Amino acid sequence: MTHVVIAQFSEADALLEAARESQREGTNVLDAFTPFPVEGMAELLGATSTRLRVVMAIGGFSMAAVAFGLQYYSAVIDYPINSGGRPLNSWPTFMLVPFATGILAAAIFGFIALLSETGLPRLHHALFEIPDFERASQDRFLLALEAPEAKKEIAALRQRLIEAGAIEVMEVAA
Amino acid sequence: MTGRLNRWVMPRARNYDAVNAMVTAPLLARETFRWRIWWIAFAVSCALTLLMAASLFWVLYKGIGIFGNNTTVVWGFPIANYVWWIGIGNAGTLISSMLLLTHQRWRASINRFAEAMTLFAASIAGIFPIIHLGRPLYFYWVTPYPNTMHLWPQWRSALIWDFWAILSYILFSIIFWYIGLVPDLATIRDRARGPIKRAIYGAFALGWRGSARHWHFYETYHMAMAALAVPLVVSLHSVVGLDFAASLMPGWQETIFPPYFVVGAMYSGFAMVVVLAAGVRWGFGMQAIVTIDHFDVMAKIMLAASLIMGLSYATEWFAAWYGGEHADRSLVVYMFTGTYAPMMWALLACNVFIPQLFWWRAIRRNIKAVCVIGVLINVGMWLERILIIWNTLSHGFLPSMRRSFVPTFWDWSLLLGSLGFFAFMFLLFVRLVPAVSMHEVRKLVHDEVTA
Repeated sequence: MTHVVIAQFSEADALLEAARESQREGTNVLDAFTPFPVEGMAELLGATSTRLRVVMAIGGFSMAAVAFGLQYYSAVIDYPINSGGRPLNSWPTFMLVPFATGILAAAIFGFIALLSETGLPRLHHALFEIPDFERASQDRFLLALEAPEAKKEIAALRQRLIEAGAIEVMEVAA
Repeated sequence: MTGRLNRWVMPRARNYDAVNAMVTAPLLARETFRWRIWWIAFAVSCALTLLMAASLFWVLYKGIGIFGNNTTVVWGFPIANYVWWIGIGNAGTLISSMLLLTHQRWRASINRFAEAMTLFAASIAGIFPIIHLGRPLYFYWVTPYPNTMHLWPQWRSALIWDFWAILSYILFSIIFWYIGLVPDLATIRDRARGPIKRAIYGAFALGWRGSARHWHFYETYHMAMAALAVPLVVSLHSVVGLDFAASLMPGWQETIFPPYFVVGAMYSGFAMVVVLAAGVRWGFGMQAIVTIDHFDVMAKIMLAASLIMGLSYATEWFAAWYGGEHADRSLVVYMFTGTYAPMMWALLACNVFIPQLFWWRAIRRNIKAVCVIGVLINVGMWLERILIIWNTLSHGFLPSMRRSFVPTFWDWSLLLGSLGFFAFMFLLFVRLVPAVSMHEVRKLVHDEVTA
C-alpha cells in the first residue's frame, strides 16, 4: 500500500515552485488539484501530448466526407435533375453542409475524447474524501506527492514543503 | 502590479474566495439580495412568454395570413426577426472565441453570459423560419431522409445551407458553453450546503477534480473549440446573408452581403451584451469584476463596427449608382424618399450617427449612456433587417406590383413575445447558473496580482 502526501498551498506559484523542488529532490510528483490551470504544471507532470486534436480532426473530416457523399449520391446518382444546365455535381455549392456539420462533428468527437482522456464523468473519487479537497475547486492549490518509504524521509519532505509555503501537509493512504 | 494590467478586477475581488463568493451568491446565498426587481421582471417576462405562445398557436392554427405579409412583400417580420435574433445569437460565441484566441483576458467576466445570450437568441431565431412557412408541419422536408416520395433536399439552395448552419451552430454552442461551465459547476458543488443542490450541480460537473492533467486536456479542447467556432460563426451569418444575396432582387444581389451581415451580427451582439452586462453588474453587485473598463473597450468595438456599417451602407448606395442598373438606382432613391424613408433615417441615426458619441471617453465610461446607445443600436439593427426586406420587396422590378407592408397586431405580438421569452430565459439563467466564468476570473486575478 502506497502513501500519498498532500500539500496545500494558497497560491499557484508556491505550488509550482514546491512541485519543481520536489522533483529535483527525487520525489515523485503525482498530480496537482487547482482552481484554475496552472501554467507549467502539466509539463512538469509530463502530460504534454494529447491525441484530442487528432481525434477532432478525424471526426470532423470524416463527417464532412459523409456529408459530401450524401449530397453527391442524392444529386448525381439517386435524383439527378438538370436544372438550367448546371452540372449535377455542383461541388462549390455543396461545400457549406460538409463544413458546418464537420465542425459540429469535430466538437462532438473532441468532447467524447476529452471525457475518455480524463476518465470523466466519474462522480465520486477517493480524493473527495481528503479533508479540504473541496477547496481545490475554490481557492486552494493541492499538490499530491508519492510518500517515501522511510519515516525520516517523510518528515524531511514535510519540512521542505512547509518551507516552500505549504499551509498544511497531510499523509493519506491511496 | 502595474496600473494597466489590473484594471479588469477591482481590489475588492482580488482574491479567489471573493470572486467565488461574489459569483455564487445569486445561486447559493440568495438571501444576500432582495429579489423584488427580479420577480417583477420575471412576472413581466412570463406574461410576454405567454403572449409568444399564444401568437405561435394562432399562426400555426390560422396560417401566415395573420401577419402583414402580402403577395408583393412575401417576407415580413418573421424573417427580419429571424435575421435579427440570429445576429445576436452569433455574437456571444464570436465574442467569446475571438477574444480567447486573441488573448483578450478581460473576456473572463463577460463570456459566460454572452454565450448564454447566444444560445437563447439562436434558439428563438430558429422558430421564425418554421412559422414563416406556408405549411409549417412540413418543415422537416429540408432534412435528407429516405421517404416514400423519393425526394431529396435541393442542396444548391441557400435555405438548405441555412438549416444545416443553424443546426450545427446551436449544437456546437451548447457544447462550447457547457464545457466552459464544468469547472464552475464543480465549484458550486463544493460550496453548496444542501444535498439536492450538491447532487444536481455535482452531476452536471461530471466529477471534475481540477487535476493538472485534466486542466491540460481541458485547455487544449477549449482552445480548439474556439478556433473552430470563429469560422463556424462567420459562415453561419454569411449564409444568412446569402439567403438574400443569392436571389436576383435589386438591393439583395450584392457580394457585400455576407461580410456585412457578419459585422452587423457582431455589432448588435455587443450592443446586447453591454445591456446584459450592465444588468448583471447592477443586479448582483459585480462592480468589482465587470468594471467600467469593460464598458469602455466594448464601446470602442461598437464604435469600430458602426464605422464599418456606415461604410457598408455607403458602398451599397455607391454600387447601385456606379452599376447603373435602373432597378438598383431607383431602389436607393426609394429608400430615402419612399414609404419607409423615416425608418431609413432612424436606422442611420441609430447605427451610424449616434454611436459616434463613443469617440468621447466620458461617454464610453458612462454605463447608462453606453446602455442607452446599446439599446438604440439594437433598434437600429432591427430596422436594418426589416428595411432590407421591405424596401427591396416593395420596390421590385414590376411597378404595377408595388405594395407596402403594414404590420398587424400579431406581427408585433410575436416580436414582443420573443423578447419576453429571451428575458425569461436569461432571468432563469442568472439564478441557476454562475453568470460569470469563475475559473477564468480566478486565473485573471492570479495573473494580475502577480504581474
